[in-house]
Amino acid sequence: MKQILAVTWMNLRSIPSRTMTSLVVVIGIALVVGVLVAMLSMGKGFEHTLKGTGSESRALMLSAGVTAELSSYIDPGMTSLLRELPGIRRDAAGRPLASAELLVITEIKRGGGDVNVALRGVEPAGLAMRPEIHLAEGRMFKPGLREVIAGRAAARQFSGIGVGSRLQFRGSEWEVVGLFDSDGDAHESELWTDADTARSAFGRPGASAILAELDPAQPPAEALKALKVTVAADPRFQVDVLGERDYYSSQSQGVTDNINFITVFITVIMAFGAVFGALNTMYSAVAARQIEIATLRAIGFSGLPVMISVLAESVALALVGALAGAAGAYLGFNGLTTSTLGQNFTQVAFSFAVTPDLVRRGLSWALGIGLIGGFFPALKAIRQPVAEALRGA
Amino acid sequence: MKYVPLVWAALWRRKARTIFTLLSLTAAFLLLGTLQAANSLFSGGSINLSAPIMIVQARVSFTSPLPMRLLPQIEAVPGVDSVSHSQFFGGVYKDVRNFFPQFAVNPERWRRTFLECKLPDEQYQAWQQSRTGAIAGRQLADRFGWKVGDRIPLTSQIWPLKNGDRAWTFDLVGIFDDAAKGSCSRQGNFYIRYDYFDEGRQFGQGGAGIYVLRLHDPSQAESVARQVDALFENSPDETKTQTEKDFSLNFLRQLGNLNLILTGITIAVFFSILLVSGNTMSQAVRERIPELAVLKTIGFGDGSVLGLVLAESLLMCVIGGLAGMLLSVLLLKVISKLPFGFPPVTADLHVWLFAAASMLGLSLAVGILPALRAKNLSIIEALTVR
Repeated sequence: MKQILAVTWMNLRSIPSRTMTSLVVVIGIALVVGVLVAMLSMGKGFEHTLKGTGSESRALMLSAGVTAELSSYIDPGMTSLLRELPGIRRDAAGRPLASAELLVITEIKRGGGDVNVALRGVEPAGLAMRPEIHLAEGRMFKPGLREVIAGRAAARQFSGIGVGSRLQFRGSEWEVVGLFDSDGDAHESELWTDADTARSAFGRPGASAILAELDPAQPPAEALKALKVTVAADPRFQVDVLGERDYYSSQSQGVTDNINFITVFITVIMAFGAVFGALNTMYSAVAARQIEIATLRAIGFSGLPVMISVLAESVALALVGALAGAAGAYLGFNGLTTSTLGQNFTQVAFSFAVTPDLVRRGLSWALGIGLIGGFFPALKAIRQPVAEALRGA
Repeated sequence: MKYVPLVWAALWRRKARTIFTLLSLTAAFLLLGTLQAANSLFSGGSINLSAPIMIVQARVSFTSPLPMRLLPQIEAVPGVDSVSHSQFFGGVYKDVRNFFPQFAVNPERWRRTFLECKLPDEQYQAWQQSRTGAIAGRQLADRFGWKVGDRIPLTSQIWPLKNGDRAWTFDLVGIFDDAAKGSCSRQGNFYIRYDYFDEGRQFGQGGAGIYVLRLHDPSQAESVARQVDALFENSPDETKTQTEKDFSLNFLRQLGNLNLILTGITIAVFFSILLVSGNTMSQAVRERIPELAVLKTIGFGDGSVLGLVLAESLLMCVIGGLAGMLLSVLLLKVISKLPFGFPPVTADLHVWLFAAASMLGLSLAVGILPALRAKNLSIIEALTVR
């Protein structure tokens, strides 16, 4: 053990004499890890945004069998029945806290092209039961007028959205009268208006989904279950009931799966390149230490400390590279806001999130590259006959 | 030319190092080739949509169906040869992962508009006879092993039947293919009959979806777009008319700034390969200093020595680069066969030019310093190194 520590420490201290070739490993791995972490932080950020949307105490009703609000449609006749179901909380005046909301896609300019942005028609209850919504600027839309409020992220990501700006939908002009915050969740990428105004303007009398606050008499999970049972038992309804939070969490799956797949594909190929670079460096490091290693062996050191010293060198270089790469990804991308198409076919803004978990993943890739890149040279180092190695110098 | 064996021998002086460097180069160019092919798709370079086809969608969004009653007015616009309407059906075949697009169309209009795709006459007749009939592209039919006569169940995510059920069934009556080699870009699509669909669906009757126009002359695209959009300006059915290519590109761009991401990764890959091969070249020259001095002693000029080292660097980059590019072509072939519904990505001329320029630039960048060192070598000093 003492031998191992001594030889390893001696070797690590001699790295500066091989700066150039060592840098090849460090920078090579830094780039692999940097790309890996930056790409994954995109998926992570998207996931955070969606998982942070919705509340445990609210339920979402969609037409049966659909996976996203966009493709769901509930008849006006059904919405009034669903709203009155037992298990839905009522306000002080005895009205159910349920909002039959219409989601339509609109196109908004961004750069040279148009992007899909969600326009959500909400009922007054929809605002009352979402305490996370705060008006940040301007005022609330008025029912019956073609007015919208825009999420903060929508205002940042798309051109021409601010208090006072005008948008053109279906031949008429809509005014943006306010901006809202929503704790950075997916709704911040949307435009909101009054449900009835949206219904008449878009000629769709029903709803895409009904959001309902669960009766607080029971814990949310049980209240949700009870509501599910009630709806399933009534043959008039072809409706699925989901927890709002579960629904939004499930919406991130597709996008994050795609990002993860592409990232792993790219990282595997880059890692291959880095392994060969590391092998080159470590073989030349072993060659440079040829005499030293042979001398150690000659004075009685066994193979193991020598092997470990070589492995330690490549792993140390790899870890330094990984930390540099992760730091680069953090400094360059963490918090950067961008947007992509979500499950509803509309833009969802999110921020890159470099999390400790991602850094750990980067480190483990680097560890793998370092171990493979060091193993074969380490093997060579101890297999070399001592006499020959000493003479070779 | 006579120096080729000399360069070749120099390259393989240290076999292991050269092989590792080549493999590293191969991995880098495999990635560069694949990413650049994707990049060229997103920037419209390799989208094969030169047909004079335009898309008329609702201004508000292509997901809002335009009503059928616009058809006669659009058809009357000068320069428009034929008009097909097309409603996205959003069906799932067995599993969500089997995604492919389906559209409800009018068979006769479909045939007049999509001239690049060929449906055999008797199959076209059969489609007109059968209300539940549907046709699939050759590529799609091969993907699921469908044959004419198969029944295809689709669960629509958007359109329930009158009774609220979402399970529709169609009879495959035809399989369409290229009219000329590689002409039909719709081979991944599935088309059902609009009349059957419109009667069967629970709501939305009278909605046509989008309109697909075939122009007489592609150069009229702009004027046709203006005329169509002017017809419906300031009505609830405002339209947006654009070429199919622009329509598709805008769609891809919505995924995010992919161009930027791909460029970023390309730079990272390039930089790391620069280091690996640069390290190799400088080591190769450093070890060979006495040999290079001998070459100079026996009469090689400074220029020749410089050339020899650069040639070695070029040879290394080209071998590794070509291997990587060939692998990427192979990989793209495999990807296009996978059932993801990816648009076909191919390495076009741009990608190859990019790769060639990269190999050249890389070999110069990693070769020039060692080569200069070799050129400026003084024989006396070099021979006294040891």
